[in-house]
Amino acid sequence: MRAPDLIRFASHAATGNPLRSSLLVLAVAIGVAAVVVLTALGDGARRYVLAEFSSLGSNLVIVLPGRSQTGGFNPANAITGTPRDLTINDAKALLRGASIRRVAPIAVGTSEISVPGKLREVMVAGTTSQYIEVRHLDISQGSFLPEEDWGRGAAVAVIGAKVRQEMFGQGSAVGRLIRVGDRRFRIVGVLASSGQGLGMNTDELVFVPVALAQAMFNSNTLFRILVEAKNREEIPLAKAQALEILKLRHEGEEDVTAITQDAVLATFDRLLSALTLGVAGIAAISLAVAGILVMNVMLVSVVQRTSEIGLLKALGATGSAIRLAFLVEAAMLSAAGAVMGFLLGQGGAALIRNFYPTFPAFPPDWAVAAGLITALATGILFGVLPARRAALLDPVQALAKR
Amino acid sequence: MAEPQIRLAGIERVFHLGDSEVHALHSLSLTIMPGEYVAVMGPSGSGKSTLLNLLGLLDRPNAGSYVLEGRDVTTLNPEEQAEVRSRRIGFVFQSFHLVPRLTAYDNIALPMMLAGVSPKERDVRVNKALKDYGLEDRAGHRPEELSGGQRQRVAIARATIMEPAMILADEPTGNLDRATGDEVVHLLEELNGRGVTLIVVTHDPGIGSRSRRQLLMEDGELRRDSAI
Ligand SMILES: Nc1ncnc2c1ncn2[C@@H]1O[C@H](COP(=O)(O)OP(=O)(O)OP(=O)(O)O)[C@@H](O)[C@H]1O
Ligand SMILES: [Mg+2]
Repeated sequence: MRAPDLIRFASHAATGNPLRSSLLVLAVAIGVAAVVVLTALGDGARRYVLAEFSSLGSNLVIVLPGRSQTGGFNPANAITGTPRDLTINDAKALLRGASIRRVAPIAVGTSEISVPGKLREVMVAGTTSQYIEVRHLDISQGSFLPEEDWGRGAAVAVIGAKVRQEMFGQGSAVGRLIRVGDRRFRIVGVLASSGQGLGMNTDELVFVPVALAQAMFNSNTLFRILVEAKNREEIPLAKAQALEILKLRHEGEEDVTAITQDAVLATFDRLLSALTLGVAGIAAISLAVAGILVMNVMLVSVVQRTSEIGLLKALGATGSAIRLAFLVEAAMLSAAGAVMGFLLGQGGAALIRNFYPTFPAFPPDWAVAAGLITALATGILFGVLPARRAALLDPVQALAKR
Repeated sequence: MAEPQIRLAGIERVFHLGDSEVHALHSLSLTIMPGEYVAVMGPSGSGKSTLLNLLGLLDRPNAGSYVLEGRDVTTLNPEEQAEVRSRRIGFVFQSFHLVPRLTAYDNIALPMMLAGVSPKERDVRVNKALKDYGLEDRAGHRPEELSGGQRQRVAIARATIMEPAMILADEPTGNLDRATGDEVVHLLEELNGRGVTLIVVTHDPGIGSRSRRQLLMEDGELRRDSAI
């Protein structure tokens, strides 16, 4: 039998019983759609979390004073007893690290800020000009803190979006004077709204040069040092260099903790990838069920078409031609189901994205490929038995059957 | 003397039904020459269909030899037997056995499709057959839209489309009224007139008397052969 004839014959046979065929296509389609939608949800969750975390800034190493036994991210370390403080000079020294691109020291405290007629209690963060690049933040008005000697610092401030809203309403903030504690600062910039990050909301912060913040709070310690590695591959190097430099500066004692964002991200990545794989597996079970359905429907079809099979044999069809015809039919039905399921699944994922625009519900390519291949493979695999049965039918008995 | 087309010798066909054995064919020997017109007759259950199935390579004997056109065909494997059925044998059945979802055209083309004949060649031959059997305006009709006589004409067209050396017909008129039955017999006899060996199983003594040779079966044995 020629290939086009085989396909035409099989598709005729499939459309000859529309109810049976459409049920079968639907079963496979639901299986494939389940794989596509569920993995879109799983992978969407993974992407969502990763995106949230990388908004902290990429290639980041965070140095905290105090040695943490677990190496975990624990803000309490920063507040409670610190054996040896981190200083601005420590931060400056980190710039010597070959894999370190930028460094931003942070000193924090609370203070009152005021403009005529308004008074607020706010968190004040002392830092340097590179903080904005390290954290990948955006300026909505003016500019960030200027490049200058870390030990001195001009009396300028940058405020978060929420602070601006509360202190100035709709009015312009850049250029205005503001009183922080007992000092006066000129506002040079306003940050774009960004949301949560590093346990403090930048929208509610007032940024001033680190030296001025330390003077204001009468301390020379740092809350943290943010270190940016040259690139992703050099994050571990940057971390090691930071620890090494600080150890030397602290008389050979390793009394700081460096955590990488990568470590946190990798954990989440692993966790959520496993979750996606898990739901893909569960969805694949529905495909296997569809495969069993394919087998049963094809077996019934062999019984229904017994006399036709007998006739084909009488007309000179070989057993292998009959086997192939049934296999092609099963493959075509599952292929149709796979395509329909793919479209249904992509449609479902698009619908989810439509309702939750911030949620990146895209099915991963591997899952789509695996879903399609599994559908085809189960269809053909479970088509083998019915096809064999058809090929082995005794022509005389098959013809006698009415 | 020419080589016989069919030579059966000592054929046995036994069916097992539980503990009992049914000797559908018993020590049957038979020779048929090319171009013969043979009617197989006998009471129900005498083994006529069993004989025809055997001749058509749809069934194998338990013992004995079957030499078709000089070749022992009982030893062929199933694929080789399928090839012989495809090229040398045409079947006509009492119940027509058309594929219900296929049109008259496609039913007639089916043996050529199975044999891998090119679509162009198929089209030429099917159109000629449709014309020869007066089915031109029925080409696109499915079997359920055809009368019994038309269905059997489609079946005969299908049986002859591969130009076989012999036609095996098992009660071809059994489901037809007298007039249409005669029409179908005439068609088959016309084929025989062009040299095709024709073997017809029939209960109709009228057809039996028209054939040049009659075989009478009884209890799986060949009781009478008019040629002997
Ligand atoms: N597959 C089978 N299994 C068991 N017995 C069978 C089988 N096929 C035929 N037989 C038996 O073999 C005998 C001959 O059957 P066959 O069909 O050849 O008869 P027939 O002459 O064609 O009869 P009819 O005129 O009714 O068609 C019968 O007794 C039948 O019961
Ligand atoms: Mg019979």
